[in-house]
Amino acid sequence: MTRFLFLFVAALTFAFPVHAELRIDVNRGVSEPIPIAVTRFVAKDSAGIPLADGIPSVITNNLEGTGLFRPIDPKAFIQDENSLQTEVRFPEWKSINAQGLVTGAITKAPDGRLRVEFRLFDVFGQQQMSGMAYMTTPQNWRRIAHIISDEIYKRLTGENGYFDSRVVYIAESGPGTARVKRLAIMDQDGANNRFLTDGANLVLTPRFSPNQHVLAYLAYVGGKPRVYIYDLQTGNQQVLGDFPGMTFAPRFSPDGSKLIFSLARNGNTDLYAMDLSSRRTQQLTNDPNIDTAPSYSPDGSQITFESDRGGTQQIYVMSASGGNPRRITFGQGRYASPVWSPRGDLIAFTRMYKGQFYIGVVRPDGTGERLIANGFHMEGPTWAPNGRVLAYFVEQGNSAKIYSVDITGFNRRVLKTAGDASDPAWSPINP
Amino acid sequence: MFLRTILMLSTVMVLAACSSDEEAAMNTSMPAGAVGGVAGDGFGQGGAAPIGGVVPGSQQDLVVNVGDRVFFALDQADLTSEARSTLDRQAAWLKQYTNVSITIEGHADERGTREYNLALGERRANSVKSYLMSQGVDGSRIQTISYGKERPAVTESNPSGWAQNRRGVTVVN
Repeated sequence: MTRFLFLFVAALTFAFPVHAELRIDVNRGVSEPIPIAVTRFVAKDSAGIPLADGIPSVITNNLEGTGLFRPIDPKAFIQDENSLQTEVRFPEWKSINAQGLVTGAITKAPDGRLRVEFRLFDVFGQQQMSGMAYMTTPQNWRRIAHIISDEIYKRLTGENGYFDSRVVYIAESGPGTARVKRLAIMDQDGANNRFLTDGANLVLTPRFSPNQHVLAYLAYVGGKPRVYIYDLQTGNQQVLGDFPGMTFAPRFSPDGSKLIFSLARNGNTDLYAMDLSSRRTQQLTNDPNIDTAPSYSPDGSQITFESDRGGTQQIYVMSASGGNPRRITFGQGRYASPVWSPRGDLIAFTRMYKGQFYIGVVRPDGTGERLIANGFHMEGPTWAPNGRVLAYFVEQGNSAKIYSVDITGFNRRVLKTAGDASDPAWSPINP
Repeated sequence: MFLRTILMLSTVMVLAACSSDEEAAMNTSMPAGAVGGVAGDGFGQGGAAPIGGVVPGSQQDLVVNVGDRVFFALDQADLTSEARSTLDRQAAWLKQYTNVSITIEGHADERGTREYNLALGERRANSVKSYLMSQGVDGSRIQTISYGKERPAVTESNPSGWAQNRRGVTVVN
């Protein structure tokens, strides 16, 4: 699962100089999606045949899911994929209103790996915007499709993509009074779903380490709710330390060296940080109230968390060593589960007011609060790696679903999961 | 300092509270059960007379003759007067059966976020534990666990359901 499997081999140039005219303004919010033609890839030998449709199909699904693109039905295409390998007849693509055009080819390399190349064209500007080639083993073809999707997204929006990433979540089943919860992990498009635990123990709130090798989560084992670490490479599970009370709400530091979490004992909940190599623990808050749901800023210098020290649940920001806590939310109702954007510019949260739940964002200094989704009952936002898209979960009756939404509130849609799902955590871009 | 060891997790362990949850679900379906929990837990009023076949000092004895649970107001861990009278009976019962040790389960309703409800459940369980200790029950006999909103007694998403779910349940170990 490492990037070297997806060796970038070449930037494919084209005759014309590249100065893109086609560009999507992602900050426009609800807008007319850009029509884009994603063609069948050309299989230059038999090895590529199974993926000639598979790769463009994954790309199409990714682009369509952003709400920013409208893939054109291939039945409308006039020029076929084979002739595109030698020339692009731009007027034909223009006549079906395609603004962007994606072409590709798959070749088997002598070592058995696949060489996948793609090109992105600006139809109206009649020029190539991007061209890349990658090498990979055949079974990892979906990642190539995600990496190509990220490149297209970046070229056309100016923002980083988020398709080559994963989501860890809690898969739910069974009646409400005895819900069975399992750790599950999948690609962001729902493919390659895997259950990591069997449901015998109650598990909650899984979080990725930055390198995605391990997860931290809460598990009830032997009547003791504690933070556990799950090694994704070995399947090994370990309890984090030997604490005299419940440990929960874990999250990794941006460099992966520390874990922050809550420890509850004698009716009081404070925040702690553990250095994962020395296993030394530092207490970060010490007050008689509930301090929980901590999340580091992307530079690791600050922590946002929720506390009811002011009488109700509100969001605070403090230094990573625990100093200088300051409250940043002052609206009506209660605020919870803050999580810092990977870009650093916003903190997403859950807000509760008059029996309704909201997902919103606010700047770390407390200004610019915006609510982007609401209903009963929703909570637990997590950021896509580009800091533009949020996922959260919605519970209604005995059903639980994960939704994603653009931070403008636009393009709310259900994330594909294996059955009922809650507590999502989006990974960084895959290593 | 107290966390030098890293304990290995055996792969499959049975959730300790399963049996108590089943009992809790049964209790709330009884006509004189926990329904209307804010007004009082009901067990004490209805269960003064011993019922044949109940083993003294057992969970069933606690449920039928004493009352195994107390209820809390929204976002509160303070004990109501009804809760205190239930716990007074629990304390007397625990002094009668001195070999019994218990676990207090703290629970929250669904109208809060995951992490906060875990902390709130812990706060509620400790509120019950502190009161029992103040009534002379040795703290070494009492463990606590929070389930947050993970193990509701009932699934009704309305004020009556929420009132039954904001609870502290005493479970004989």
